[in-house]
Amino acid sequence: MSSGSHHPNLETLAGRIEAGTGVKLAHCYQCGKCAAGCPVGDEMDLPPCQVFRLLQLGFPDLDEKVLRSEGIWLCLACETCSSRCPQEVEIPKVMDFIRGEALKRGIAHPKSKDILSFHRAFLDSIEYTGRLYEVGLVADYKLRSRHMLKDVMLAPKMYIKGKLGLFPHLIKNRSGMKTLFKRTMGKG
Amino acid sequence: MSRIGVFTCHCGENIGATVDCAKVAEMCKHVPGVAHSVDYKYMCSDPGQRMMQEAIKEHNLDGVVVAACSPRMHEPTFRRAVSNAGVNPYMCEMANLREHCSWVHEKNDATTQKAADLIRVLVEKIKHNTPLYPIKVPVTKTAMVVGGGVAGIQVALDIANGGHKVILVEKSPSIGGHMSQLSETFPTLDCSQCILTPRMVEAAQHPNITLMTYSEVEKVDGFIGNFKVTVRKKARKLDEKLCTGCGLCIQKCPNKKISDEFNEGLGTRTAIYVPFPQAVPNRPVIDTLNCTFYKTGKCKVCEKVCPTNAIRFEQEDELVTIDIGAIVLATGFKLMKTEAFPEYGYGKHKDIIDGMQFERLASASGPTAGVMKRPSDGKEPETVVFIACSGSRDRSKGVPYCSKVCCMYTAKHAMLYKHKVHSGKAYVFYMDIRAAGKDYDEFVRRAIEEDDVKYIRGRVSKIYEEDGKLIVKGADTLMGGEPVEIKADMVVLATAVQSNDRSEELAQTLHVSYDTYGFFAEAHPKLRPVETNTGGIFLAGACQAPRDIPESVAQASAAASKVLGLFSQDQLTREPIVAVVNRQAGPTYSYCVGCFLCQTACPYQAIEQEQILARNGEVIKTIARINPGLCQGCGTCVATCRTKAIDLQGFSNEQLYAEIMTL
Amino acid sequence: MRIGYYPGCSLLGSSREFDESTRAVLTALGVELTEVSDWNCCGASSAHVLNHELSLALPARILALAEQAGITEILAPCAACSNRLLSAQQELAAHPEKIAEIEAAIGMPYKGTAKIVNILEVLGRLKDQIAAKTTKPFAKKVANYYGCLLVRPPRVVNFDRPEDPQSMDLMVKAVGATPVEWPFKTECCGAAFSVTRTDIVAKLSGKLVKDAVKRGADVIVVACPMCHSNLDLRRSEINEYLGEQHGIPAMFITQVIGLALGLDPVALGIQRHMVPVEFKETAAASAQ
Repeated sequence: MSSGSHHPNLETLAGRIEAGTGVKLAHCYQCGKCAAGCPVGDEMDLPPCQVFRLLQLGFPDLDEKVLRSEGIWLCLACETCSSRCPQEVEIPKVMDFIRGEALKRGIAHPKSKDILSFHRAFLDSIEYTGRLYEVGLVADYKLRSRHMLKDVMLAPKMYIKGKLGLFPHLIKNRSGMKTLFKRTMGKG
Repeated sequence: MSRIGVFTCHCGENIGATVDCAKVAEMCKHVPGVAHSVDYKYMCSDPGQRMMQEAIKEHNLDGVVVAACSPRMHEPTFRRAVSNAGVNPYMCEMANLREHCSWVHEKNDATTQKAADLIRVLVEKIKHNTPLYPIKVPVTKTAMVVGGGVAGIQVALDIANGGHKVILVEKSPSIGGHMSQLSETFPTLDCSQCILTPRMVEAAQHPNITLMTYSEVEKVDGFIGNFKVTVRKKARKLDEKLCTGCGLCIQKCPNKKISDEFNEGLGTRTAIYVPFPQAVPNRPVIDTLNCTFYKTGKCKVCEKVCPTNAIRFEQEDELVTIDIGAIVLATGFKLMKTEAFPEYGYGKHKDIIDGMQFERLASASGPTAGVMKRPSDGKEPETVVFIACSGSRDRSKGVPYCSKVCCMYTAKHAMLYKHKVHSGKAYVFYMDIRAAGKDYDEFVRRAIEEDDVKYIRGRVSKIYEEDGKLIVKGADTLMGGEPVEIKADMVVLATAVQSNDRSEELAQTLHVSYDTYGFFAEAHPKLRPVETNTGGIFLAGACQAPRDIPESVAQASAAASKVLGLFSQDQLTREPIVAVVNRQAGPTYSYCVGCFLCQTACPYQAIEQEQILARNGEVIKTIARINPGLCQGCGTCVATCRTKAIDLQGFSNEQLYAEIMTL
Repeated sequence: MRIGYYPGCSLLGSSREFDESTRAVLTALGVELTEVSDWNCCGASSAHVLNHELSLALPARILALAEQAGITEILAPCAACSNRLLSAQQELAAHPEKIAEIEAAIGMPYKGTAKIVNILEVLGRLKDQIAAKTTKPFAKKVANYYGCLLVRPPRVVNFDRPEDPQSMDLMVKAVGATPVEWPFKTECCGAAFSVTRTDIVAKLSGKLVKDAVKRGADVIVVACPMCHSNLDLRRSEINEYLGEQHGIPAMFITQVIGLALGLDPVALGIQRHMVPVEFKETAAASAQ
């Protein structure tokens, strides 16, 4: 018997993932092709298929295990998994969604901090200048992550090669950028 | 005035517990035209039927309403009973008090009232019923089997042994199909050709079987028992009667480098060839696309060496039209090609082969005489990876279904490899093991437990070549998705079973339905598995869905028994529930105005054009005529007809209006 | 030919030579570039990680600006940019109900009509002209590295084939190079982990460099600034990880074509690479 039109159950994380990304976790039949092809599969504590498995059951403690994992922060969004997935599951979309969920709940893996610092520095740079200012990004990231000495040797070489602009490129409509950030990020 | 009897059945508790049957019987007595009304616990029982027959005689009834279960259950029972009492069976109607009333409503007065209403409606219908007589159609007792694989051969042999003529049409030069290419068969590991070739020879020598190899069905007209099938006999370019099959032409043909279809491209053949040594019939064909003579106008070596002068370069295809009573489709399947796998190199790696290619490598009659040699360099592969579900259960490749045979043949392949290369390593990547047949699971366990085949649960993401090895990147989902990398010498993809090329075209030629994937559709997935929606056309083997050999053979025998049942009658009796076009005296002759919208609407090609001729032979009018042999009584034409010139016997407009108006 | 141009942030900074060589080559081929005025960052590899709406709004603003300027086709040489633009455009086409909110965020109307093309598509159209104008054949063995974002996800980018793509191979053949057959054309280089997880980049890019060398390539050719910076800027980390010294240069496809067309190497930014573009006299070169 058909159950009629399907509405994701927003009480569960799986349901919210479906509502937010259009990906139905039940489509994953655990073939492992994603884990097999993932460039960082061997670095992950939970490879993508395990992430899906844990979320499929809908047990809060298993959901939390996923949200606390380091692996979800290692996804490069290279789309190797999704382009080979026999069930056409868009795995990186789910990774994006659950990272957001982990942040919301404040249980993101401690090692996500550096990666997060980078993304935040990146977006801050765009928010204030409209374009990415690489020097600013790296400096900001260093401050946030406290990896002060990393890559210091690279900068002078890049400067000599003309690859480091000392000043950011500012777009004209910077107030428009502020509005854009407020209306999108503000909601989160 | 009609004299109608109403017989209300309790069906035990089924109706009696919800509907007040006695009250219904009483109510019906007062319906105009009803001469007799009773209720009884089980009307279908012998006493119930006898009671009905006695009442018909006693009350001189001319029509009967049985208020009981669905007509799908017992209409034949009651019509027979009525007929035995001397009343035309089509004067008996059934009111469905069970499925349409007692099973779907609460016990109350409204339910009882509805039961009485259902009966009243049919009483009104019967007043407009006319006696109908079954339609008789002659039967041509010759069957055509399309496809000469193991299923087709089995169908042909069963029908022929039942005493009827069979024409077995096969598009390739020899019968035998895919089974003749297999090395060994699961779960017994007996040699495929050893068990198949006797059947092939039996079919060829059977007095009731005519082989038409290298032939294809071009056109089908007619209807059950009375088909006219046009077959194209492709030109072999030789006189089959003169040819002795000595093989001298093949030996001497200078053009020896043509990719060999029978060996799945792993070997070569000549331009004049027989597909394999045990081919039936053992008569070569000339491949005109590759023959030097057809390309350059020179050569003719085969003609020069032929001791019986059998070569006929000028021979043309021949169209033959044959009268056929029943058709069995056994056109088989094809395998998805390795080219369909981007992640495994689009078929560019020679040592990534499909299952059928592995069969040829393992076969004693194959290009390596059964010695395990990989295609690229002929070396013995030390590590072989088998990948199940390659393309199957893979919606990204358009095949969401399970191909059913791969789990078993992959286990067989791994086992055959281990039997041939004792020191070799065999790995199987799988998702699930579907081994639900007699001795099947034991077979898979044997591969794992006795032949040391390593089964890894996971799909392979990528295969690439490095230093002469194929790097197989998979994962083991039983180890939490742990990446697994195997350096293999050869990879065998158990590629998906797909409907054969041009199967949809053939289905359209035969007016047979087919599914999204091009497999022919059975009339009912459970209860009519070998019939199609078109009367007289049956199915056997993998043209209907992926099937292994035992299933194909079982289905073939089932289809043959259907044909034999059909041929057991000299005339076919059909229900007279068919459409008829109104006819009357001149000057109108018929309401039909000859627009023939009905002809395009009819799903069964049952509507023909008929000319009404004057005495002098002049055409007065062209009107529709319905062939009662083809008509399935669906009523589409009735609804389409703009002048209401078509009526469905037994469900005429008049009858249906009477039913509705009485409510 | 006139075409809209969206260089993106990397092409102003760490991948200046991609911008320089793109402009130089297309100008030499008679293509006029109209830069989208006041363009912003597409959000690249960060926006989608933190906020989905932002990852739609940033590209939408760029596309809306292009529309306002009457641009019907827009070249985004950076693979990440073209990928983000395409993703956003397709999501908004599939979910028109999201457009109103996006328009409010970007403060201008959005139609999504501009066609987004990558550098290989544009060069592909000019292939015959490029072959005809080649004066200094690039007689090198080339490992063509497409990376992730040019070909994946195939549903979004709908360009070339997702595994073993061919467009760049055909392009370098047109200027006299010999593509090597290698399996890592679309393996990930480590992408945006360049700064945060340099160890992963060293490992993934190291695999690429090592294999390209092993298969006899003289040069790795790329069409993505992120890939280039991982293969070039991070070469010392890569070599350290591998414990081997690999001097194989990584070049942008536009630089390769520019050299073949006889353009000034400095105008193509060849001197900006960390791994110097120097070639040993190879068998392939001397055979030409």
